[in-house]
Amino acid sequence: MSATRPPHRPRHNPPHNPPHRPLYLAAEIGGQRSFDAAGYVELARLAERGALDFVTLQDSFARPGPDALAVLSRVAPATERIGLVPTVTTTHTEPFHVSAAVATLDWVSRGRAGWLVDVSTTPAEARLFGRRPAASVPALWQEAGEVAEVAARLWDSWEDDAEIRDTSTGRFIDRGKLHYVDFEGATFTVRGPSIVPRPPQGHPVTVVDATEGHSRETAARHADVVLVRAGRPDEAAAISEKLRSRAADHGRDPGTLRVLAALTIDLGDGERPVEPGLESAPRTTAGDTGPHYRGGPVDLADLITSWHGTGAVDGFHLTPAEPRRDLERLVNGTVALLQHRSLFRTFHPGGTLREHLSLARPANQYAPAGGTS
Amino acid sequence: MTTDTSRTARKRIHLAAHFPGVNSTTVWTDPRSKSQIDFSSFEALARTAERGKFDFFFLAEGLRLREHKGLIHDLDVVGRPESLTVLSALAAVTDRLGLAATVNATFNEPYELARRLATLDHLSAGRAAWNVVTSSDAFTGENFRRGGYLDRADRYTRAAEFVATARELWDSWTPPAPGAPYGTPRPFAHSGRQFEIEGEFTVPRSPQGHPVVIQAGDSEEGREFAASAADVIFTRHGTLEAGREFYADTKSRLAKYGRDPDDLKIMPGVTVVLGDSDAEAQERAAGIRRQQVSPQNAILALEQVWGRDLSAYDPDGPLPGIDPDPDSALVQGRVRIGDPLAVAAKWRALSEAKGLSIRQTVIETTARQSFIGTPEGVAESLDTFVRTGAADGFILVPHLTPGGLDDFVDRVVPLLQERGAFRTEYEGATLRSHLGLPAPEWKGSAA
Ligand SMILES: Cc1cc2nc3c(=O)[nH]c(=O)nc-3n(C[C@H](O)[C@H](O)[C@H](O)COP(=O)(O)O)c2cc1C
Repeated sequence: MSATRPPHRPRHNPPHNPPHRPLYLAAEIGGQRSFDAAGYVELARLAERGALDFVTLQDSFARPGPDALAVLSRVAPATERIGLVPTVTTTHTEPFHVSAAVATLDWVSRGRAGWLVDVSTTPAEARLFGRRPAASVPALWQEAGEVAEVAARLWDSWEDDAEIRDTSTGRFIDRGKLHYVDFEGATFTVRGPSIVPRPPQGHPVTVVDATEGHSRETAARHADVVLVRAGRPDEAAAISEKLRSRAADHGRDPGTLRVLAALTIDLGDGERPVEPGLESAPRTTAGDTGPHYRGGPVDLADLITSWHGTGAVDGFHLTPAEPRRDLERLVNGTVALLQHRSLFRTFHPGGTLREHLSLARPANQYAPAGGTS
Repeated sequence: MTTDTSRTARKRIHLAAHFPGVNSTTVWTDPRSKSQIDFSSFEALARTAERGKFDFFFLAEGLRLREHKGLIHDLDVVGRPESLTVLSALAAVTDRLGLAATVNATFNEPYELARRLATLDHLSAGRAAWNVVTSSDAFTGENFRRGGYLDRADRYTRAAEFVATARELWDSWTPPAPGAPYGTPRPFAHSGRQFEIEGEFTVPRSPQGHPVVIQAGDSEEGREFAASAADVIFTRHGTLEAGREFYADTKSRLAKYGRDPDDLKIMPGVTVVLGDSDAEAQERAAGIRRQQVSPQNAILALEQVWGRDLSAYDPDGPLPGIDPDPDSALVQGRVRIGDPLAVAAKWRALSEAKGLSIRQTVIETTARQSFIGTPEGVAESLDTFVRTGAADGFILVPHLTPGGLDDFVDRVVPLLQERGAFRTEYEGATLRSHLGLPAPEWKGSAA
């Protein structure tokens, strides 16, 4: 783990295809309409057995479902390695609470937390809160970006070594290592510092689904992992390319962006070959479910191999059409085959989600330059 | 449900474990003191509490770090996780223990908080509780969208409407039909002075119907709010006399809300020090007080009363000759001392009468432990409190993280059980059942 900061404007690396480019895999475990813990724990453990990088759990105020962050917090002690990424909406929740809850998920999971940033767009959702009318989608994504920024600042508002327990002076903390964030956004301000010490990963992993055009700027600026939806590898490559180039414009090292193709998978048809004419391309259905794969686990492994092989994406985020059945077939079929081909890890060598994703623990923006953080 | 002594041989005590707070009660200089933030500490104390068959585990909350003289307070333990998220994780490592989160009604919104609490109740199979606190200070407000928008006078108006609204949301799904896991959602609409909201709740009615509601606040309005809406009061009145007075006062307020005295449990926050003899316990208690009041903390305690910078004073020397500044804004983020001039006069008199230094005076005058003695003596006192109407139970505040209740659970709990004053096994699965609280009636949808 290096404490050096990325150069201000790093050179953009063209699509890279070294022999052992790691493959990253994630799966969604929602969609069961269940409110007790058992089903979620079972699916997360199944995904963990497949050595997946992380599981996501979708959340929305617009349809029945439990609070996703709480569910994954309940899952944390029942799992050991897998990353835990709940959807967290930024539109109606206090940014200060968002930052504290995600940091806490990182503490209880010992460094396995992420959050999938989302917005609440509908007037119906706004009426659940009664605080302000629904804003435009671009404004909401702009605000989501500000929430991501203030969350990161709050995570950094405690330096890693702020707690000193110095009995000689009676001081528990070195308050010089705690920082006000004094953030002023378009719709809110936050003074800081956080009430939660810096989480184990420094910054829990930020995930943004860049399908909605207005979310792409937020993704390019703030995301560690970006989900993209495309029907063909070259399409995915073009989106990745744009995202990386925008990330570079924001002074980020584009090589630290993990781009995953989001795909709904329906493995209900067993080993029936993919439909004619689609070869190893998934069928793109209309509507907002995005690209949809229907076929067997072996063909899915081939599809993942071929997309990843072109360098179009760093991996896949897979949403089972039928939660239990398709996750089982994914892990026992597709993932097992990818492992057999040495394309995917067979166990988690690291302990934190950042380690799974080969992402460095970020330096603290408030720590003196050059200092370890 | 009245207390029928012929049926229940003895009034049962309720017990809760308070995770050590961010104040000088918590001793961090002791070599046994472990992390205040690692999950392992929360897990360890929760497991101890469950081993002791406690009713619930309790987490406090503070939404802005305390400041002193315009700087972040650095002498006490500081930094804690967000309560509801930790409790969701603790639901995985405990089976029966109630899980209580302190959450501010001022800096949250009913829809989201009711949803998070209902989620915790589902995830824990009926063990969730909410300690409703209020604050209206602009200092805390600086961390939130709306800032310090609420007038102090409205703190309980908002809290009361908040709780009422949350109950409407918890009742908005129909109870499950026989054989079905969940009922069906029905639209809600709430229109009041504080909240104007409508739509559909995303979580079915939870195992307890409504999570247990706790209130911690001592003013007239606070007591009235508790009498009208809370299941438990967390109070500071931990002596026999003050406890009886508070107990009688609060219980007498219930009738006008159509509630029974047993519907509201009164649980003071208390500290316990044990020894093999009374003398040993007293000696230990004094040792802990010296750990809690470090020389630096003694000066700070003095500054909190005086409202002045007293850093030049020697903690082992006499009290300052100058008078307190009653209008000081030196201290931020904690409750301000009521009448500083009177407190200072009392401290001076004591210091002169006994020849005490600053530090010794602070040790003498600030909260000493509530129960000090042998396990037998402490068990007897706790039982007396509950039998004589000074409390229904206790929220135990340990001074060490996370092992501070080990002794109590190993040595006092068995004695309480022998006396028939405390459960030997959990009888029910939910926190409501531990507390002997009735299930809330389903009120149907508001729309
Ligand atoms: C025993 C006790 C514990 C409390 N714990 C908290 C707490 O953890 N967080 C908080 O913000 N306020 C806490 N409070 C403050 C109260 O909720 C309340 O906001 C404050 O006492 C003002 O209300 P009052 O005027 O009725 O006393 C506590 C109060 C008492 C008496």
